[in-house]
Amino acid sequence: MTLAGILFTLGLVSMLIRRNMIFMLLSVEVMLNAAGLAFIVASSHWGQPDGQVMFMFILAMAAAEVSVGLALILQLYHQLKTLDSDAASRMTG
Amino acid sequence: MGVTFYIAAAIAVLSTIMVLTRFNIMHALLWLVVSLLSVAVIFYLYGAPFMASLEIIVYAGAIMVLIIFFVMMLNLGPEMYRQEKQWLKPSLWLFPAVFCVILLGELVYLIAQNRTPATGIKVVEAKAVGLSLYGPYLLAVELSAMLLMAGIVGAYHLGRQKKKTVHRFLESNVS
Repeated sequence: MTLAGILFTLGLVSMLIRRNMIFMLLSVEVMLNAAGLAFIVASSHWGQPDGQVMFMFILAMAAAEVSVGLALILQLYHQLKTLDSDAASRMTG
Repeated sequence: MGVTFYIAAAIAVLSTIMVLTRFNIMHALLWLVVSLLSVAVIFYLYGAPFMASLEIIVYAGAIMVLIIFFVMMLNLGPEMYRQEKQWLKPSLWLFPAVFCVILLGELVYLIAQNRTPATGIKVVEAKAVGLSLYGPYLLAVELSAMLLMAGIVGAYHLGRQKKKTVHRFLESNVS
């Protein structure tokens, strides 16, 4: 459980300090992974299958999130020719 | 349980730190795969072997391939060739490979030992997960199917290149 906390914190810190969009997406992946780890550990602690079911939903959600996020990054890259997230902070059409 | 868990946990934390401090996206992905594999070993330790295989197949397989293809699609220019030479240096893939070998050895050791997990850890079989998934969680399964469908449509819609409708004489002024 502590490991899940450490991994989640690492992902959060990276999300805050990196400015490359792909790295921000990767750190979201790390955070989702840590949440899934916490679910699995809790599931085995209480001997219930609910945590593993939740982990499968996290997997499905991560897949959908990555595909949409990558498409968004692609569009931004074609618009702005950079992966810097500060360049996209204005959102003026 | 004890030593194997701590080895896998140390590898997970180390490789995650390496992911977050790399500047090259491909190196970060390589380390991220190592991190996911170590988390899968921890899942196996916690009595969820089916989830461990799902983690490897879906996360380390599908999602990583998606991101790698995306990075290739961005096609970061002629420095790719120079980087390609750098990537083949053994110092870059040596440590991830060593960590992967350690994880593999740990997993083989655990399977060969074939003992019941440590006290306080109950093995949840895949059968119970399946029964629970299609019993009380049926609505959530339908919802995740709709989420995946929305993901497909959204990715297609957002990733589509717009056709240029500007007249070709105006086009030079626009950009």
